[in-house]
Amino acid sequence: MAHKRREMLLDPMVDNNPITLQVLGICSALAVTSSLQVAFVMSVAVIFVTGFSSMFISMIRSQIPGSIRIIVQMVIIASLVILVDQLLKAFAYEISKTLSVFVGLIITNCIVMGRAEAFAMKNPPIDSFIDGVGNGLGYGLILMLVGVIRELFGAGSLFGITILETVNNGGWYVPNGLLLLPPSAFFIIGLIIWAFRSWKPEQVEEREYKIQTVEAH
Amino acid sequence: MPDDDQTPQEPKGFLRRFLAAPPDTTSKTIIVAVSVCLVASMVVSAAAVALRPIQAVNSLKDKQINILQVAGVYDPEADVLEAFSSAFEPRVLELESGSFSDAFDPVTFDDRAAADDPATSIALEDDPAGIGRQSQYVTVYLLRDEAGAIDKVILPIHGYGLWSTLYGFIALEENGNDIFGLQFYEHAETPGLGAEVDNPRWKALWNGKKLADETGALQISVTKTAPPAGPDYHVDALAGATLTTVGVHNLVNFWMGEAGYQPFLENLRAGNV
Repeated sequence: MAHKRREMLLDPMVDNNPITLQVLGICSALAVTSSLQVAFVMSVAVIFVTGFSSMFISMIRSQIPGSIRIIVQMVIIASLVILVDQLLKAFAYEISKTLSVFVGLIITNCIVMGRAEAFAMKNPPIDSFIDGVGNGLGYGLILMLVGVIRELFGAGSLFGITILETVNNGGWYVPNGLLLLPPSAFFIIGLIIWAFRSWKPEQVEEREYKIQTVEAH
Repeated sequence: MPDDDQTPQEPKGFLRRFLAAPPDTTSKTIIVAVSVCLVASMVVSAAAVALRPIQAVNSLKDKQINILQVAGVYDPEADVLEAFSSAFEPRVLELESGSFSDAFDPVTFDDRAAADDPATSIALEDDPAGIGRQSQYVTVYLLRDEAGAIDKVILPIHGYGLWSTLYGFIALEENGNDIFGLQFYEHAETPGLGAEVDNPRWKALWNGKKLADETGALQISVTKTAPPAGPDYHVDALAGATLTTVGVHNLVNFWMGEAGYQPFLENLRAGNV
């Protein structure tokens, strides 16, 4: 059992990563990764929400009527997200201003709903909690990876600490402005997915169709 | 967990019977929906009420940081409250007469509450800024130089953009006509479009602009193309945020106009402050 739980926690890191394999939660991954600090707070918030929403949903799973199960899940997720938002406003006001709408948008993050529907509705609370935390960690891992690339090469710093002295501040490094704009996260996530799938070829999906060759007469 | 019990007898008690019942009946659906909503709303409201005092302190501090920033005297290393109270002299201003009022304590005076109070506010008929009611008393902040003369005045302004009321400050030089800076500390405009009012590069455009021309007519505009009055009176619009830009244009013109700070600015220009 202990071994299985360890797998549940670590599996979503690489082998079953919600962003790179399931390609979920991309929207917020684009929006909040231009600085590492913000990406870090967002990751912690998502880990908290996926973990506890899965746990609470799993606790009442046998009582949830099938007809309103999505709404019940949404109510639990939304309450947790509002809780996170309130906590951020109280204890990390600056960051909560930068994250602005994106904390609220955790509600619509497909990873949270996905885990609630696919795992928490069928498994006991502790397992669901671990699964939720694992998936949050998998999301956080990619966010941090993208954040490191974007902040280091886009602004020459990590967590706001200057690593590469930029030209504007009298240094030598010409920052790549594209990396601070949302589209760059698309490219970086695409490259990460490519790297993951080259490393683990079993992640590559089978083609849904085959191009047929028609012989010429 | 009680619902996992598989007892052969009919379970006793209302709660047990309820938990053992299949979840898909109509009555159970309604009861589950109501109780989940109740619990969730209690958790959310408890958190909101418990955390409100800390959040209020944060937003006050944020407002003070914004006042320091708009006046160009913000030092991230220094203690905000101390820097704020040593640099600024808050005064309550009566808009109509343009002179300071001692009827209220400027430290505790709440502009937004005053705007809702019929005793201190008026309902606007001509309301380009979209604020509904306007308080007749506002808290302004004076920044004095070493000799004690007024160096800058920081005036609160607000008005409706696209989604939200934008709250901000405008900092004017001692002549009451040159803009030193403008910034908003609270709004809910679209991130990336209207929220670019927070962009430092756009905010920097305000520095050095003038409100009124030599004849005293208000000329400041925030538009896509420069008006005939010339670039000194013009701030470029935000790309992709037409309605926010129009809102900022209207609110600046409203607050700098007759219904706003004009009487005070005239006093300031005449040296009567």
